[in-house]
Amino acid sequence: MTAFTTARDIREAIVSGKASAAEVCRTALTRIETINPSLNAFNHVVAERAMERAQRIDQQRASGATLGPLAGVPVALKDNLCVKGVRTTASSKILDNFHPPYSATVVEKLESAGAVIVGKTNCDEFAMGSSNENSAYGPVRNPWATDRTPGGSSGGSAAAVAAQCVPLALGSDTGGSIRQPASFCGVVGLKPTYGRVSRYGLLAFASSLDQIGPFTRTVSDAALALSALSGRDSMDSTSAPEPVPDFSAALTGDIRGLRVGVPRAFVADGVDDAVRRAFDKALDVLRDAGATLVDVDLTYAKYAIPVYYLICTAEASSNLARYDGVKYGHRSPTTKDDTLTTMYSRTRDEGFGAEVKRRIMLGTYVLSAGYYDAFYLKAQQVRTLLRRDYERAFEAADVIVMPTSPIPPFRLGEKTDDPLQMYLADIFTVSVNLAGFPGVSIPCGFTEGSETLPIGFQVIGRMFDEATMLRVADAYERATNWPRTAPI
Amino acid sequence: MSTTLTIADVERIARLANLELTRDEKELFTKQLADILAYAEQVQGVDTTGVEATAHVNAHGDERPDEAKPSLDTRDAIANAPDGAPEAGLFRVPRVIG
Repeated sequence: MTAFTTARDIREAIVSGKASAAEVCRTALTRIETINPSLNAFNHVVAERAMERAQRIDQQRASGATLGPLAGVPVALKDNLCVKGVRTTASSKILDNFHPPYSATVVEKLESAGAVIVGKTNCDEFAMGSSNENSAYGPVRNPWATDRTPGGSSGGSAAAVAAQCVPLALGSDTGGSIRQPASFCGVVGLKPTYGRVSRYGLLAFASSLDQIGPFTRTVSDAALALSALSGRDSMDSTSAPEPVPDFSAALTGDIRGLRVGVPRAFVADGVDDAVRRAFDKALDVLRDAGATLVDVDLTYAKYAIPVYYLICTAEASSNLARYDGVKYGHRSPTTKDDTLTTMYSRTRDEGFGAEVKRRIMLGTYVLSAGYYDAFYLKAQQVRTLLRRDYERAFEAADVIVMPTSPIPPFRLGEKTDDPLQMYLADIFTVSVNLAGFPGVSIPCGFTEGSETLPIGFQVIGRMFDEATMLRVADAYERATNWPRTAPI
Repeated sequence: MSTTLTIADVERIARLANLELTRDEKELFTKQLADILAYAEQVQGVDTTGVEATAHVNAHGDERPDEAKPSLDTRDAIANAPDGAPEAGLFRVPRVIG
């Protein structure tokens, strides 16, 4: 097997004996070794562990055992997902040498489905960022244009799939951290409904928003992965006891009569010309496939950025209090005169990067006496209004579509001096997390001109209706044929 | 309300957050946090009379009985500590009272 196609093809090749899992794993490891120096997509690779697992799959096949739905599929994990005994850093200095004593539920699920974990991918520190430039291990480069950002925060996972290191990678999406890098790297990225996938073993950033989801090269692979990841887990009380349908069965290719909502007023301003052209063409494709386009109104979506940054930073300031130099990670050296509080404060100043500190500070401020009602409580109330907007829109539409990012991938360093400008580019992704709905970003074209940069759009579904969302995304994909492989 | 932020405010927040910031960081954050808060103030113009706050979008109220179950082994829990005392089953910390 020389080049990767999709997770489905790999499994089929292994089941039918055309390839061995060991061979596939070696190909992935070789590709990572070759390409990673130019991309910095991986924080660490677990070659030995991966080869052992792959050989176990081959032994299972030889013994006639039924192989799992992801048998022999090489998978990369964002480095904020715990794998027992495997270094997990969240791309932070404060967790530089952390080896979790347990594995995330999604890791257990992937491995019991036969997937082979090959490594941990680079990301923005604690998933805080939209460009992957906030990593303690340096930025990831976009495989389509290495002077540009792959997006963030799950930039390494997106780049790893686009650069054919793996056909499947996991990321986490708190305000767009799966969908935006998928859009920037020309691959598929899915954020499930809040509650669909257990977060046990995900290093928490903002607990009312975080979801884990897959990066793949096709919608069909995303459906396959989502089926493997979903379900109630007693270790995460927010995981929902909803039945998990066979998402692959939903991909009928037929979207005739489906109502596709377009929030025209919301997407009217501040969208780059190339993104607008690609999005308008995507709407034409959906219409030509038999869908009915309807206008929907998301009046409060314009407040999504402030609401998101008030809520996520408040939650982050609380979640990240656990990094204190006592239980794990970095501790600042102390002398006998130093107190515990001094140790905490110095450890955290040394261990956290600038963006993480900025968010902890902002979150602490909005939760502090005198500001709680004006900022935090107010943001939670506007969140309610925003969610009602979506609920009303879903009375008129079966799915909602909009661009994933208002801009194509920007240059590394372009927005690092102005955090607010960086935040503003999250406008189309954050409202989906605030409201809880599932969203999937799929490629819908490229910029024209000297550089060919990927553009994506997202399909948003009703709560726990990833099936319809995936059906629309898949129908679009069948009608188009955008390349999914970065020329690197 | 209009947000103004001084270095003293930033120092107060940093103390609450257990962050020992450098002088440069304090100056930078004073400006950046003021910019972000000034932008975020737009939410205060939204009429939210009688609107309940959303803390969680998917509360399904699925509570489990509070029963003791096997949990992480003490030795495993301490294994990552920068100054652990696994024999004693303890984390070591600097003195607590200044």
